[in-house]
Amino acid sequence: MDASELLEPFDRMLATIAMPAAVRAVESGGDASAMWSELAQSGFLDALVPEDAGGAGLSLAAIAPLIEAVGAHAVPLPVAETMVARALMAGAGVASPDGPIALATAGVPGQIVPCGLVATHVLVDTGDRLVLAPVDALAVAPTGVHHALSARIGWEGAPAGHVIARPEAGLRALAAVVRATLIAGAAHRLLTMTTRHANERVQFGKPIGRQQALQQNLAVMAEDAVAARIAAQLGCARGLDVSLAAAAVAKSTASSVAARLAGTAHAVHGAIGISEEFDLPLLTRRLHEWRLADGSEGYWNGVLGHARLADPAGSVDWVRAEVFAG
Amino acid sequence: MFDTLTLAALPPEDEALRPQIRAFIASHVAGLPADRRARSWQGFDAAFSRALGQAGFLGLTLPRAYGGQERGPFARFVVVEELLSAGAPVAAHWIADRQSAPLILGYGTEEQRQSYIPRICRGEALFCIGMSEPGSGSDLASVRTRAERTDAGWRVNGQKIWTTNAMHSDYMIALLRTSGTSEDRHAGLSQLIIDLKAPGVAVRPIVDLTGDAHFAEVFFDNVELPADALIGREGEGWKQVTAELAFERSGPERIYSSVVLLDAWTRHLQAVGRRDADALTGRFMAEIATLRAMSIACTARLALGESPVVEASIVKDRGTTFEQDLPVAIGDDLAAHPDEPVSDELYRTLLYVTHIAPSFSLRGGTREILRGIIARGMGLR
Repeated sequence: MDASELLEPFDRMLATIAMPAAVRAVESGGDASAMWSELAQSGFLDALVPEDAGGAGLSLAAIAPLIEAVGAHAVPLPVAETMVARALMAGAGVASPDGPIALATAGVPGQIVPCGLVATHVLVDTGDRLVLAPVDALAVAPTGVHHALSARIGWEGAPAGHVIARPEAGLRALAAVVRATLIAGAAHRLLTMTTRHANERVQFGKPIGRQQALQQNLAVMAEDAVAARIAAQLGCARGLDVSLAAAAVAKSTASSVAARLAGTAHAVHGAIGISEEFDLPLLTRRLHEWRLADGSEGYWNGVLGHARLADPAGSVDWVRAEVFAG
Repeated sequence: MFDTLTLAALPPEDEALRPQIRAFIASHVAGLPADRRARSWQGFDAAFSRALGQAGFLGLTLPRAYGGQERGPFARFVVVEELLSAGAPVAAHWIADRQSAPLILGYGTEEQRQSYIPRICRGEALFCIGMSEPGSGSDLASVRTRAERTDAGWRVNGQKIWTTNAMHSDYMIALLRTSGTSEDRHAGLSQLIIDLKAPGVAVRPIVDLTGDAHFAEVFFDNVELPADALIGREGEGWKQVTAELAFERSGPERIYSSVVLLDAWTRHLQAVGRRDADALTGRFMAEIATLRAMSIACTARLALGESPVVEASIVKDRGTTFEQDLPVAIGDDLAAHPDEPVSDELYRTLLYVTHIAPSFSLRGGTREILRGIIARGMGLR
């Protein structure tokens, strides 16, 4: 199946089930089960599951536009995480539960997991294996951040649940690629919203988008959005068997642009942008959360640099071999 | 927005050029110190360019009928990437190979193509581009240097400035006013090929802040040119110039200008065994990888025959920002360890790149102009 044929119906579904009002309702503690059942019935959650296991058998690169759409619509459920988890489970020959699955990539109890409050299961990387733990068997606590769906996830001793093999680069690298793709999707949506606002909002007798000072900042915003997307694509290129270096490039780049991009979006929108009832914060809050999740730019830069300095090759040769190969 | 700038791969047949160009570089450039190689595409060596031409590494995008290799933009990307990351002195052929030959191919007459392109492909005809004037920098439409029709062709009077390598070049492709005044802006501008050995042409090199003389002033005093000096159509100069910009702004030369310094610093870290710069090194790797993917994505649009001017502006602005950040960050890292000796070669390389770095976002369109182009591409203004 061609992924471009998938995007349009998927995007249309998200536009219907994840309207801003519906996103806010879930963020306020409302029931997300109806939204989830629409997603589950659509079949998209098995996009990455091999065809012989009943899925669509698509590659991570092929469904990257779908993950971007999840980011662009600020969907208040771990849709992309569940797609990845279901594919990993299917690869291990294990049937997945029906509910939303969050990814816990730090290996220690007490970590903050995006969408932890709305998941029925958490796929936990313990460092030597993956455990699919039902939330009933975990300690799940809100972070106390206003309207955040992330949760502090803990366990006694070791997390209990179905055990499957850990991917070679670890779950954090895979989650980082997914997170970078979500950032890219939200970034492009913000770019469109902010450009439109700049063309509509009139001050000093003309649209503020005619001011060179704004144009310069919006141009940088566009560069950031383009960079996040292409870096995320580099991360997705090898599928679920992500390369550690490519994942690091994806998340480092996406995380490092996320904060600046959110800042410019707010700066252009002015005071209305920080009001709760305006849609902008649905996206900018997520950009900041995703930037911090599964390792910020500082974490991944350290991973990349550590590997690079152990190698005598020239910089460009190293990048070609480690990030672009395969 | 900018959905066409998406991940693309270099075709295997073009990747296959890499071992050949590496071997060529190893045999011609080995032994140059880092602070010389850091000159990157400002490094001038006419013999090296001729040798590249003889070995078939010039004119990669140009038809075989005119002496080219007929391989396309991806092949050129591979060869240019290797040349720049090695710090090979490519200035002699750079403008001709990148811009002048494609321009002549696109707009020139058959006679002009036959006359210039085979020599460009052999590295024997060196070109510069005459754009800026004392009163025209970013505002190029205000050029005053004038070409007037004569019975035999054209007569040129005026002055160009900041022309890279004019003193080494055989020809200049100049943007000149052929009708109207600077009030007419883009109308009335034309591109002419000027033989820099013609009587009435005077070239005066300008020394830059590093002690190099890579740009020059060029004076035209009643310079008589033949009728076929006009390239393309009279009055279409602006349109022709802007079509070149995608070639000029999206390539690896907008990413790798500081890469010789990066490699020299990396070898220093490895030699002293210091590990507190992992995150900074990693940041540079992430930026190079992302920019390289963006540049290849632009190359893919060129390979499809498009002219991605806005996308190229994105690559150039982001790329030159990285090129300029690099010496600042490396300088801080080295000087944050005052008790750790730094070699003369690394120190000279650092200061050379630090001093020349402001030019990265001036040459080929300033940062502010590029961001204006991007903004217009977004539908602003």
